[in-house]
Amino acid sequence: MKRSITSSSWIIGCAIGVAIVFCGPSVASAAPAKDSCVACHSQLPDEYSKPAKLYPGDIHHRAGLSCADCHGGDRNDDSMNAMSPAKGFRGAPTKAQIPAFCGRCHSNPAYMRKFNPSLRTDQETEYFTSVHGKKLKQGDAKVAVCVDCHSVHDILAPSDPRAPVYPTHVAETCARCHADANYMKGYNIPTNQYALYEKSVHAAAMEGGDTSAPTCSTCHGNHGATPPGLNSVANVCGTCHVMNQELFEKSPHGPIFAKMGLPGCVQCHSNHEILAPRDSWVGTGPKAICVTCHVAGDNGYKAAKEISNGFDKLKSTYQKADTVLNTAEKSGMEVSNARVEMTNAHSDLIKARVAVHSFNAADVLKITNEGVATSQKAYEAGVAALHERDYRRKGLALALIAIVIAISGLYFKIRKMERG
Amino acid sequence: MADLKRRTLDWLNERLGGEGIEEFLRHKRVPLHRHTIWYYFGGIALFLFVIQVLTGILLLMYYRPTASGAFESVQFIMTQVKFGWLIRSIHSWSANLMIFIIFVHMFSVFFMKAYRKPRELTWVSGMLLFFLVLAFGFSGYLLPWNTLAFFATKVGTDMAGFVPIFGKWIMVFLRGGNQVTGATLTRFFGFHVAVLPGIATMLIAFHLLLVQKLGMSVPPGVERKIKAGVEPERSMPFFPNFLLRDILGWYGALGALGALAAIFPWELGTKANPFGSAPAGIHPEWYFLFMFQTLKYLPSKVFFIDGELLGLMLFGVAGAIWVVVPFLDYKAGGFGRVTRFFTGLGIFALGYIIVFSCLALL
Amino acid sequence: MTVDSSSGKSATGAGETNVDSGRRWVNLLLGTGVVATIASFIYPAIRYVIPPPVSEASNLSVVAAKVGELKNNAAKVFRFGSEPAILIHTSNGNYRAFTAVCTHLGCTVQYRADLHEIWCPCHNGKYDLHGRNVSGPPPRPLVQYQVHIQGEDIVVVRNA
Repeated sequence: MKRSITSSSWIIGCAIGVAIVFCGPSVASAAPAKDSCVACHSQLPDEYSKPAKLYPGDIHHRAGLSCADCHGGDRNDDSMNAMSPAKGFRGAPTKAQIPAFCGRCHSNPAYMRKFNPSLRTDQETEYFTSVHGKKLKQGDAKVAVCVDCHSVHDILAPSDPRAPVYPTHVAETCARCHADANYMKGYNIPTNQYALYEKSVHAAAMEGGDTSAPTCSTCHGNHGATPPGLNSVANVCGTCHVMNQELFEKSPHGPIFAKMGLPGCVQCHSNHEILAPRDSWVGTGPKAICVTCHVAGDNGYKAAKEISNGFDKLKSTYQKADTVLNTAEKSGMEVSNARVEMTNAHSDLIKARVAVHSFNAADVLKITNEGVATSQKAYEAGVAALHERDYRRKGLALALIAIVIAISGLYFKIRKMERG
Repeated sequence: MADLKRRTLDWLNERLGGEGIEEFLRHKRVPLHRHTIWYYFGGIALFLFVIQVLTGILLLMYYRPTASGAFESVQFIMTQVKFGWLIRSIHSWSANLMIFIIFVHMFSVFFMKAYRKPRELTWVSGMLLFFLVLAFGFSGYLLPWNTLAFFATKVGTDMAGFVPIFGKWIMVFLRGGNQVTGATLTRFFGFHVAVLPGIATMLIAFHLLLVQKLGMSVPPGVERKIKAGVEPERSMPFFPNFLLRDILGWYGALGALGALAAIFPWELGTKANPFGSAPAGIHPEWYFLFMFQTLKYLPSKVFFIDGELLGLMLFGVAGAIWVVVPFLDYKAGGFGRVTRFFTGLGIFALGYIIVFSCLALL
Repeated sequence: MTVDSSSGKSATGAGETNVDSGRRWVNLLLGTGVVATIASFIYPAIRYVIPPPVSEASNLSVVAAKVGELKNNAAKVFRFGSEPAILIHTSNGNYRAFTAVCTHLGCTVQYRADLHEIWCPCHNGKYDLHGRNVSGPPPRPLVQYQVHIQGEDIVVVRNA
């Protein structure tokens, strides 16, 4: 790092020498809004012109800030003097300096208010509570600082869909380092989180267009990114899954898990690879999670079995009713009332799945039984509709009798006529 | 009372010349022999056509020919409108029954060589009516806008696209665009309720006129026996003897229709989703199955020709030959080799249709 | 006339009266049959032509409630086609209608007078009074319907 800075400084010297020759006159003719930084840097080789070229797309540019507002120096001075420390030139910050570099404005509420009164100003403080921030303080230059996530010179508002911190990009952004096993060597943490997350329901929800779906930062925090502690896991999940958390904490598992040092939700649902839960997870079958701890004969085992039976019963009655209603609908019968009833049965199934987190068979069965009763009613309505369809045959019988009478009348008429 | 009746009839006769009709009816006779039964099928087809017109008019009162409203309106007819299910089921069943009856009518005429001189035009007009009825079936099938119909129409109109040179144009014309959309539905509706019925009515009138003018054809075998004096020449008056029997047949058809409609109500299916994937096992209506199955068996390329194109060409040529059979089989009156060849051809066609339809259903 | 004239059981007497009564009997049978069949066609046709109570061939609109039926800050779940929908009478007197099918997993939502929010009991999802998902798992806002007041009826209309 050191060497590269020194070597680059003499390149700058040469390059700027050349640049002055070229851009001197054009700067002189420039109107009041002149910016000598951009004027010179855009003529330089890639390494030195890139910021100037990127910057017009930057949110700070749109806010009316120029290079000098961050890097210091004098943008009205066309000479190399513009970059003298005397003119407040700060140059490019080292990695360790970056949080404070950004924080010069972003941690200053009075200043930020001019641009966006509702923007928070605690990011820097929060950053230093994060694992990234702490390691940076310890002199680790590999950790992420502001620009690693927000990019630099082409910084976009987090609400801009192109921004690397826009919800749909957050996971990729974190993965740039965290999924790179080589880069993460020495930290002794896994690098498969991103791959696991990609398989999760949360990633699927994000992919499905729900930008409020959780991504890395939702659980780990953004500026204060830290793995949630054992005790806070349930709270983190509970910010969205409120009912599940409440039920879980009141359940027998709540205190026991805490005492055993088991991380609540994660115990069954995993952390990054949070798959869509299956009803088969509950119960005593081969895919059931309950049986990883509970054995045949204990209360938990019995409850698991009962809950799972309740599910099966609800689902099979629901299915049965759905099939009958489908048949009825296909044959053109009106069953929309029963259909609406069925949405309630569907709600019951969803509610029962939440109620599982109480791990109390009676509570779950109360809900599933309600759903079973509703489905049963809908099923009966469907059967009644099919009966009604068949009932039409009675009307047919009457018409057929009339037709038979007419046919026999005709028959005899013909016979009579042709004989007489 | 009797006096009033006579006076009314006289009044009408004076103005309409009903005596001519009476005269005509008195003299019109229908040959009587062991094949007379086949004479009834044309009448039944006509009766079913009338049923189609009547139930079609009733359906028009509630039907909406738009992609967003078609399925719902048919559902509405079947669930909300009193006897709507019956009207729709009868319309659907009657359509299928009519096509079946027309097949029977066509083949009976073919095998009895009734197309021979001077009835060539009767045959040709009948064939045109047959194609028209298939078009009725094809366009009507889409109107409820359900999944099966949607994809069947898609495949069917795709076929039109294989026709050389004009194929693309025909397809776009049928679909009202490049894809099967609501525009196709509106178009098919127009064909089904205005264009086709108009043409069909004229053709039916022409067909019937020819039948009345030329009378019923006696099969060559019977004719020969009569000439040889082996069999007596028998006949019955058209009115009322034959007509009453005709009506008997209509009543039979009506009973069958009612029974089918009530015992097997025509299903509505699920609403078409143009962006959904085609359901497994889509197939056209049964009367197109033999063609559908043939195309399935053809390899995608035969020499340099597309399989589909080849199939279409084969059916096109076969159809054309079928239409002009009266002109090719000019010796139909006798028992020459040519005539036997055409009888064999008919048996082959009938067998082919039956076998391939059955294969498609399996 | 040349008609098969074998097989004769009835009318062997050939007496004038016999023939007459036989003919009358046949005519009666035929008449009854024809009249009955015609009646059995005409009746359904007439019933068919009379418009049904719901005269619209689609489920694009429904009378959700009567004016005055709902107090302020109250709501009602009603049937709209084959799905539940919710009509809300807000505390400042507006009527709003939404689908009552939660955008998360399809449970039926309800109105929480205490929270002034639409609430899904399954996962505690919440929507504001414009149907926007504001808390919990719902990924999308609820579809809103138009509300029209026609005389005494509050009519909810789906945007076609």
